[in-house]
Amino acid sequence: MVRVTRAIEFSASLRYQNGRLTDAENAELFGLAAHQHGHNYRLEVTVKGDPDPRTGMVMNLVDLKAILEREVMSRFDHKDLNRDTDFFKEAPPTPENLASVIHEVLVAALPDGMFDRLRLFQDADLYVDVVG
Amino acid sequence: MLEVTRRYKLPAAHVLANPRLSDAENTEIFGKCSNENGHGHNYEFEVTIAGPVDSKTGQILSSDRLDEIFGESIAERYSHRLLNECEAFDALVPTTENFAQIVYQDLAPALAREGSVRLVRVRLTETPRNFFEYGDPR
Repeated sequence: MVRVTRAIEFSASLRYQNGRLTDAENAELFGLAAHQHGHNYRLEVTVKGDPDPRTGMVMNLVDLKAILEREVMSRFDHKDLNRDTDFFKEAPPTPENLASVIHEVLVAALPDGMFDRLRLFQDADLYVDVVG
Repeated sequence: MLEVTRRYKLPAAHVLANPRLSDAENTEIFGKCSNENGHGHNYEFEVTIAGPVDSKTGQILSSDRLDEIFGESIAERYSHRLLNECEAFDALVPTTENFAQIVYQDLAPALAREGSVRLVRVRLTETPRNFFEYGDPR
């Protein structure tokens, strides 16, 4: 079993907003994060498997790059997470929730059993790991 | 399984010497790190927590609250200090192995008071070439 990690970076704006709460309640709960702001996210995606004896690869990185482009970059890069995607109409786009969304779409897009883990950096000082 | 990791930095000084040993023994064991006048590092911490993501906040714990806990439990005690003079090191040589365990022991109970938040591990980087981890394996 070998693990392969590819990283991508994307920039997005967001505000922490729970769709079930009022603006005042969101402001009280989330403080500054309830204002529209942005991050340079970095995503590290790890796939696992035995290298194919013919190609020597766990997965062709061109294919992995295409999946990341389609599933992550096209959805989130230079977008507003609240307004330009359907994932955060109710749930706030915290790094926990964004990592869970990315986990879901990648597990569905990758060949069965290949997803190992992801690490989503919101900035240099905060990251979320989702394993399995 | 979902974990959140936050990074912090603080500078501190230490002397690696066991007061129960002779100067010669300390020099033999700890080498240049036993300089009695001390030396220091920019310590870097990675604090990893786990727990249910609160459906209201979308968070395990707000990073502001984690920052407060780190500030009260760790930064106020150790930032810009000589670790040998800190209470936690009364009977311990302030190696980074011991410091990582002390940080874990200081943080775990404070985090346990925040509902179902659990401290998973602490990674303490002493220099870009040495880091030490305590807690659950990765």
